[in-house]
Amino acid sequence: MENLLLQALNGLASASSLFLVASGLTVIFGVTRIVNFAHGSLYMLGAYLAFSIVTNLPRGHLGFWGGVVLAALAVGAIGAVLEMLLLRRIYRAPELFQLLATFGVVLVVQDVALLTWGAQDLLGPRAPGLRGSVELLGLRFPLYELVLIGIGPVVLGLLLLLFKRTRWGTLVRAATQDREMVGALGVNQRWLFTSVFFVGSMLAGLAGALQLPRESVNLHMDLSTITEVFVVVVVGGLGSLPGAALAALLIGELHAFGILIFPKITLVLVFLVMAVVLVVRPRGLFGKAQVAQAAVASVAEPVLGRAPPQLKWLGLVALLVAVVAPPYLAGDYALIVLTDMAIAVLFAASLHFIMGPGGMASFGHAAYFGIGAYGAALLTKWFAAPMVPALLAAPFCAGVAGVIFGFFCVRLSGVYSAMLTLAFAQIAWSVAFQWVELTGGDNGVLGVWPDAWATKLHFYWLALGCSVVGTLALRRIALSPFGYALRAQRDNTLRAEAIGINAFEIRWVAFVLAAGFAGVAGGLFAFAKGSVFPTALDIPRSVDALLMVLLGGVQTLAGPVLGALAFTGLHEQLVRATDYWRLVLGGVILLLVLAFPQGLAGAVRQRWEARRRPG
Amino acid sequence: MLTVRGLHAHYGRAHILADVGFEVPAGQVVVLLGRNGAGKSTTLKAVMGMVRPSAGQVLLEGRDLAGREAYQIARAGLGYVPEERRIFSELTVRENLSVGRRPPVPGLRPWDEARLYGLFPALGAMQDRPGGRMSGGEQQMLSIARTLMGNPRLLLLDEPSEGLAPVVVQRMAQAVRQLKAEGLSILLAEQNLYFAHAVADRAVIIEQGRIRWEGEMAALLNDESTYQQYLSL
Repeated sequence: MENLLLQALNGLASASSLFLVASGLTVIFGVTRIVNFAHGSLYMLGAYLAFSIVTNLPRGHLGFWGGVVLAALAVGAIGAVLEMLLLRRIYRAPELFQLLATFGVVLVVQDVALLTWGAQDLLGPRAPGLRGSVELLGLRFPLYELVLIGIGPVVLGLLLLLFKRTRWGTLVRAATQDREMVGALGVNQRWLFTSVFFVGSMLAGLAGALQLPRESVNLHMDLSTITEVFVVVVVGGLGSLPGAALAALLIGELHAFGILIFPKITLVLVFLVMAVVLVVRPRGLFGKAQVAQAAVASVAEPVLGRAPPQLKWLGLVALLVAVVAPPYLAGDYALIVLTDMAIAVLFAASLHFIMGPGGMASFGHAAYFGIGAYGAALLTKWFAAPMVPALLAAPFCAGVAGVIFGFFCVRLSGVYSAMLTLAFAQIAWSVAFQWVELTGGDNGVLGVWPDAWATKLHFYWLALGCSVVGTLALRRIALSPFGYALRAQRDNTLRAEAIGINAFEIRWVAFVLAAGFAGVAGGLFAFAKGSVFPTALDIPRSVDALLMVLLGGVQTLAGPVLGALAFTGLHEQLVRATDYWRLVLGGVILLLVLAFPQGLAGAVRQRWEARRRPG
Repeated sequence: MLTVRGLHAHYGRAHILADVGFEVPAGQVVVLLGRNGAGKSTTLKAVMGMVRPSAGQVLLEGRDLAGREAYQIARAGLGYVPEERRIFSELTVRENLSVGRRPPVPGLRPWDEARLYGLFPALGAMQDRPGGRMSGGEQQMLSIARTLMGNPRLLLLDEPSEGLAPVVVQRMAQAVRQLKAEGLSILLAEQNLYFAHAVADRAVIIEQGRIRWEGEMAALLNDESTYQQYLSL
């Protein structure tokens, strides 16, 4: 009983800080419609800045609380600058490109923090006067946690007052519904958006700063927080403050009691709840159907078409070189990189298939890659299967996962659908991580080597073959009647259904196909590395695939191929050349986003077509 | 008051407005007539900066506003009431009005809630009702009232009679005449000739993005052939 009360209080404390971060994210999304992946980075910056400020101020109440407030304000200012320099330029770009830009920010902030504060965990000072604990019904509970529990509702109250009682709040709520109309009424949206970013970022910074006495400050705070906060925001309903509060409470308590009741599946639990909520309420607990923004006059996205013959010849020549040249290359390193590239191309092409022609974003495509990899590896480990049957099983395993997960994901749309894919990917990851008896957990599955007949060179040719055949098959499907139906439902679901297309079925089949091809890539990956770890299906891998597709451009079939090659090559070179590869990669992404909002392949095609059609 | 000259606009590659030019004299109501898809709404949006004109001038009392952003044009004295009304459905009547509020303009009697509730008594009776729970006619009144809160010198009204019951259309016409009587200049896009006749001094006919006819409203009513050519179905 006492234990339960203690856990309930612990749950309230984490709910409180979850709410602070989530409220900022949900307010920013409501107005700007930007899903800000960098929100977790702002939270992390809040913690680091608070550490530096508090340790440099004189000890005492003023030093600590003053430092926390200063850190929150500083993060607010950073958010505002970010909005003015980066996001303001891309509000009209496609949603996914905005996402790519915020990924870039995540990478840059990670290395800036590494450069500034170093890699070691930092232990901040305790809050003065709140070091002790209080007795509650005979239990000792840390005083600081109690203060934290109080801060959540206070901030919620202040935010509600701000939104209901001030003109700024009214303008923000109006802009959440129809920002163009707000502009037509004489409101300068730029300042409104910047101020919203300031407030939202400040809340993230405040939450980070308040963590200082609770836990060490480290470089992993950004991604671990953003995942949880996404769950909170999505469960609560995007853009809804009360929703975020309720969901934070739910998730916080779930964490606290999950450890007591289901210690085996703590990591899955949160995502399981999110999956259930989204299946029952597709827009979260308090989410409202998005008012369609009035169609702003914009250039129609280019129609997916066949590549010009010159480009095909170029591709064929490149492919020939890729087949013929490797035996003459010195050393295994080049072969390893080339094999990685072949696998990456297929992985990216499979994600592109549902994102481009299908119009469904996936934040969890690594699940199918990883399930393919684990499927092949476990067959080898437990049944001593040879390589070829194990490889054949990979797409089957991934496809089955695609059938089950896809059934739920393709029913939702937009960000909610993407979040559900993330939830399922996290569930898969948790299983790989926590089911130690089967998967070896963090130690992975080792000894997954190709059969004796396959040298490194043979295996490369096998990977290249699978990749080329798979990518061409996906292209063929995209340009078949099924592909037309897929694009028809993407462009207008209602009209597509009116002419007899079963949008759900089409999306589902596409999802399963994409999962299967990702599974092939995963199976190859297992044998290329000789081992599989839970990282094969973690969030960074899903993000890698997204980066490849978005870099290459969603609206061309060559895009994912180019994007995968560019990303893998760049990544490989950067990791070898510098410890700060994230900074460089993030910087490159930001530059590309600002310079080519239609992706690499899109930009090349535009130049090409412009040259061929003068005037 | 408002002079539009050589206005062009494109949606992608489609040329929607070609060399559109007309004038709204101070204190008058000018109606832009034309069939569906003729370019009426686009003309209003291009004037308002919500569709970026590719060429041309939009002169408000001699000051060129073409190419500016919508909020700057609103601040310069143009008020826009969209065809779809675009009420903030989560906000109450009072809150909707407060979004539109702008500082008073010298030489114009400033609008406030009380004066607007005088113009549209129905709104006064539902100040705390969310915009989403109002009838079409009430939303239309709120949309006009919200724009008036910005103290515009010229009002752009996009099909205010669309989808309204005849008796509500009559009341709307009364309100427009009252606004005119108080000295407001109005540019109206309409398909409803009866509504146009009831309020307008001058008419401009647009077809396929080009101005085809411009003149007194009374003259149009006597010009059967022009009517047949550009407006009848």
